[in-house]
Amino acid sequence: MRNVWTICRRELYAYFVSPIAWVLLAIFSILSGWFVWAESSYFVQNTMASQMRGQPVPMSINEMIIAPIFGYIAVVGLMLVPFISMRLFAEEKRQGTMELLATSPVYDLELVLGKWLAAVLMYGALLAVLILDVSWLFIYGSPDWKPAVAGFIGLLLQGAGLLAFGALISTLTKNQIVAGVTGFGLSLFLWILQWATSFGDSLTVRVASYISTLSHMESFSRGVIDTKDLIYYLSMIFLGLFLTTRSLESIRWRA
Amino acid sequence: MIQVTGLSKKYASYVAVDNISFSVEKGDIVGFLGPNGAGKTTTMRVITGFMPPTAGKVTVGGFDVFDQPMEVKKRIGYLPESPPLYPEMSVRDYLTFVARLKGIPNIEIPDRVTQVMKKCSVADVSDKLIQKLSKGYRQRVGLAQAIVHNPDVLILDEPTSGLDPKQIIETRDLIKGLSGEHTIILSTHILPEVEAICRKVVIISKGKVVKTDSVENLKNRAVFTIELSTAGDADAVAVRRKLEQVASVSKVLDHAASAGRFAFDIEGLTGSDVRPDVARAVVQAGWNLLEMKSSTTLEEVFLELTNTDAGVSETAANNGGAQ
Repeated sequence: MRNVWTICRRELYAYFVSPIAWVLLAIFSILSGWFVWAESSYFVQNTMASQMRGQPVPMSINEMIIAPIFGYIAVVGLMLVPFISMRLFAEEKRQGTMELLATSPVYDLELVLGKWLAAVLMYGALLAVLILDVSWLFIYGSPDWKPAVAGFIGLLLQGAGLLAFGALISTLTKNQIVAGVTGFGLSLFLWILQWATSFGDSLTVRVASYISTLSHMESFSRGVIDTKDLIYYLSMIFLGLFLTTRSLESIRWRA
Repeated sequence: MIQVTGLSKKYASYVAVDNISFSVEKGDIVGFLGPNGAGKTTTMRVITGFMPPTAGKVTVGGFDVFDQPMEVKKRIGYLPESPPLYPEMSVRDYLTFVARLKGIPNIEIPDRVTQVMKKCSVADVSDKLIQKLSKGYRQRVGLAQAIVHNPDVLILDEPTSGLDPKQIIETRDLIKGLSGEHTIILSTHILPEVEAICRKVVIISKGKVVKTDSVENLKNRAVFTIELSTAGDADAVAVRRKLEQVASVSKVLDHAASAGRFAFDIEGLTGSDVRPDVARAVVQAGWNLLEMKSSTTLEEVFLELTNTDAGVSETAANNGGAQ
């Protein structure tokens, strides 16, 4: 446990002394701010329109602002995650520091967990920006907080799962860029898979929609924590971390 | 302390290390000598547990590297060829991280780090970022990293490569200073380094051990040149025959000859100094011994051992040698 934390701390340090953390935070802040502003404006417009028609329709901040925002941020997260995970192992291999880690009394699993945890915390820092943005809605309105919490949990789980696979990709190359681009390709693929859900209900479509991380986000965005989706993300995390550990072991055999 | 038995390492079809065996006693400094690509780094990586061997067994302090890697890793300090540094960290932060990674209790870490920085003379740059440091400092930070947990065994892969002459001398002194408490294996292809630091040498070539001996013995075995003149009509062949008859001489080569003056390269058997015998023989034959120049650098021994076919050379040395 101490080793996991040692590795994680160094990794976090590396994120925040390099530009990568700040660039990601900046991009994410702009996008998240834009979505919150756009959805709120749309909501306000609709409210006024319905009042002018003289027949007020019940409107919910949760359904009309928060849920769509979580939907957009899920896609943004999907695209940004590869840039968080790309350096994890590729950089160690390039710098030659892998030799230090591999000859220290640390288990491969501890190494993987420490690095993954740091990446998840980095991703959590991005979500913290979103929390700030969304908290305005709680100051000026009175949405239900429970669906919002569920949405954050969903975003965090999706990120954690993708980061586990990002870590795996990072063990396969010495080059951060290669790891980043490959991870980005995987994310794009997962995004596209979600489109398949609109093509009817064949077996292929059902499989595609099950694999897509975004379709499992939908219930979380609506504030529902579905065991099926929870299990999906947890098994994604376990599989990703397991494969990363095995890949790390195999580096030694191949090296 | 370190016992390597029948170690082999194959990369796909390429054999990097082929069935090598040697052992290192506690407190020894052993030079691991060989041309580039001989398998030094591979062997060291197996000893440190960085990669598993294809065949064979390595034990460090009685623990098998493959079966009990954690026990071995706790006891080893390793400086790879390029020091494993994080450029974005300061020297103190970096060493603190390594100390924690090596399992030193938190409470002891600050003292330990300060101590080791002093020992490796990097205390004056303790708060500088590693990326700002010169090559010499980086190498010493690398060394500090290897000894921060006070390991029983130190494995140093070309610790002086890329340093300027002054830094080389400092680093060698530092390594020598560590020898009391640590068992050290040090790889290099710089021969004066071995002479300056090591007590024992393992020479490896093309993945095989060609020679394991003390530095002293290897130097004595070296070739030397004599120049002599004869009074009358003796020819080079006759003189050579005579010299070859000296008991401990193994090889005599014509070097240069001009009227009445001869020069020979003479090589003695392993571990014995043949110079007195040769001198006596020359005088007894009634010749004039003009010069006897000992070229006792390891260079010649090294080149000779690593140029010939590895397997044959090892057998020859064993047969002839007083090991």
